[in-house]
Amino acid sequence: MNELVFFINNVIITGSVSGSIYAIGAVGVTLVFSIMRFAHFAHADMMTFGAFMVLLLTLAFPGAGGAVGLPTAVVMLPLAILLTAALAVGIDRAFYKPLRAHGVKPIVMVIASLGVTLMLQGLIRLFAGTGGQRLYIDDRKEIFRLALPFEGARAPIVVTEPQIILFILTIVCVVSLHLFLSRSRLGKAMRAMSDNPDLARASGINTNLIVAVTWMIAGGLAAIAGTLLSLDVTFKPDLSFFLLLPIFAAAIVGGVGHPYGAIAGGFVVGFAETLAVFNWGVLLRPFRDSLPEWLAQAGSLSFVGTEYKIVVPFVLLVAILVWRPTGLFKGKVIT
Amino acid sequence: MSTQSERPSDLVAAPSRFPWREVVLFAVLLMAVLGVYALMGTAYSTRMLVEAACYAILALGLTIQWGYAGQFNAGVMGFVALGGYCAMAFSVPVNQAFWASDLAGELGMVLLFLAVGVLVVVGVSRLHRLGVPRRLSTTLAVVLALLLYLLVSARLDEVAGRIESQFGFIGGLGLPAWAGWIVGGALAGVVGYFIGKVCLGLRSDYLAIATLGIAEIIKAVLKNADWLTRGTATVSPLPWPVPPPGEVGFTLARALYLSVTAVMIAAIFFLLTRAYNAPWGRMIRAIRDNEVSSAAMGKDINRRRLEIFVLGCILMGIGGATLASFNSLFDPQGYLPLNHTFLVLVMVILGGPGNNLGTIFGAVAVYIIWVMSEPLALAVLELVVGLGEGAFGWDAPSNLDSRALQARVFVIGLLISLVLRYAPKGLLPEKVRHHG
Repeated sequence: MNELVFFINNVIITGSVSGSIYAIGAVGVTLVFSIMRFAHFAHADMMTFGAFMVLLLTLAFPGAGGAVGLPTAVVMLPLAILLTAALAVGIDRAFYKPLRAHGVKPIVMVIASLGVTLMLQGLIRLFAGTGGQRLYIDDRKEIFRLALPFEGARAPIVVTEPQIILFILTIVCVVSLHLFLSRSRLGKAMRAMSDNPDLARASGINTNLIVAVTWMIAGGLAAIAGTLLSLDVTFKPDLSFFLLLPIFAAAIVGGVGHPYGAIAGGFVVGFAETLAVFNWGVLLRPFRDSLPEWLAQAGSLSFVGTEYKIVVPFVLLVAILVWRPTGLFKGKVIT
Repeated sequence: MSTQSERPSDLVAAPSRFPWREVVLFAVLLMAVLGVYALMGTAYSTRMLVEAACYAILALGLTIQWGYAGQFNAGVMGFVALGGYCAMAFSVPVNQAFWASDLAGELGMVLLFLAVGVLVVVGVSRLHRLGVPRRLSTTLAVVLALLLYLLVSARLDEVAGRIESQFGFIGGLGLPAWAGWIVGGALAGVVGYFIGKVCLGLRSDYLAIATLGIAEIIKAVLKNADWLTRGTATVSPLPWPVPPPGEVGFTLARALYLSVTAVMIAAIFFLLTRAYNAPWGRMIRAIRDNEVSSAAMGKDINRRRLEIFVLGCILMGIGGATLASFNSLFDPQGYLPLNHTFLVLVMVILGGPGNNLGTIFGAVAVYIIWVMSEPLALAVLELVVGLGEGAFGWDAPSNLDSRALQARVFVIGLLISLVLRYAPKGLLPEKVRHHG
């Protein structure tokens, strides 16, 4: 029983946490991809930027959370979302729009977004230093221990406060995104533009507005994902290159340009990562006596060590590109 | 090209002219190099030139991928690190104690298991040729691969742990440095082959994502496989292919090394220029400029792309190997995306993608700016802090030095954005011959 609890703590919860973060990040990437038709490499740094804004605001108003009963960082999140959305639109105006006007190839936009990545990284590190910082400044991280109503289950299931906030926020994001895309006029226009930009323009859709809205949504989602990640662990300015791969893998696994696919892909990548680093020997422990000796003796039965975690999204990415390049949900843009 | 000079009416644009732009730019570059020599002394400046030369090899590798063929490799760092690893593994002295022990045999057994496992998995995945349903053979191969992977990696972990505790690492092969350079290029080419095989048929963005990933993975492996590379403990010194500084003095030794790299660059330059003007190069450019029409002309697009991608990766491996040998230090943690991917990218797009001369110019110029920017950034920051303290009584953060270096990240990013916006063809644009 304890082994099962261990499994739930280490796989189900950890996997859902990283899955949610990747899902929110991948939705932004995939939206940008479907409207602007390029892989936006600066997304991970927009996440960092959002988290950094939260950090600054939390430092500026440390008492704000106590009044509402939530961590200050969460209270400051809407403001950070606005700031990051503004940043995303500003970046687009300053760096991507001129290139789009020149009609460059998508891959040049990719390079431009790498340039933006480096600029953001440089600025964030210049102001935030290179070390990690906690987003919980005044308030304490609450930890909930749920004891299981079973015989012999001594270890409780452990969930922390930010993780619960993260689950709630993920559900809110997904539902509101779904409503936006399927019900609102703007959302429908966005889908039309992702299906066929020329036709959308010809039928009178204001493409500039759509582009701006896409960046706002992508920026806002990036801020949420970055903040949630930093709440769960710590704020680190140099995460971006490690985040990029899982997020892109999630977007591609789900099918590029497919928001629901990106959510599914995020969870696939998140769970694949945690399952791969999980030590399967733990689950075999109750059956130790009935196992062959070589299996019972094996120390750690995990697929990859935590230091090689980044291999997992890469393997997923390669596998999906080899077998099903359109992704699980039949994304659009391939060649 | 003789045929073209005989029929000048074929040329619509770009008639032969005196290359003012090249001459002026290289004259400025020469002045800058001389300036550095005057300021920083010969030993330091020669070291800078050698490093710039190594970077020029990397940049040539990237310019054929990006400039000739329009493939964007965002993981130069990984190939550089592979080259560096090979330079280390081949040239470092043999670890006699390890090879004399049982562990060498056990490591050999693990590798044998690995080879057998790979063969079995490949064989199973080919079973569909014998009539087994394709889906079944693929599933079997995947399951088998996972199982065998678990077994082999568990054994390898155990042997590696014992090697680390008893001998540190397995040591090198004690061969001359150039052997490692060649193998480094070959290894980088092999990795590039697999990446290219997966990604080159798809949208170009996928290649960028995959190369970015493989670079981080290669770095993670080199950093954590202590039995192979000593990991964070680093390996030094690496032998040089020329007399080391201890025998002939810093300046002369570095000058000799510089001449070796210069000969390499000259050879690569010559071959690349020939390839560029050859029918093969024309085909590559045709594919870059209009994929559909060249496919319609019967060109095997994916194959040509794979060729050029692998060629670029080989050059990067060689460049990385020369760089590691020159630094006489193999430090997996020293491989940074900024220093080894984006710096090279800036060299190429600033110098002129597709123009070999421009790329070499870009490599040397950007490297000089890069090296000189470090003291400059510190000086500027100190000035700002001094002003801030004087004017507002402002308390400076303590870790200023490391923060000042972050400014360089910003500058590189800004440079990429500006070049793409205002000089998308670089300072020395590719000269496209137009045939009437």
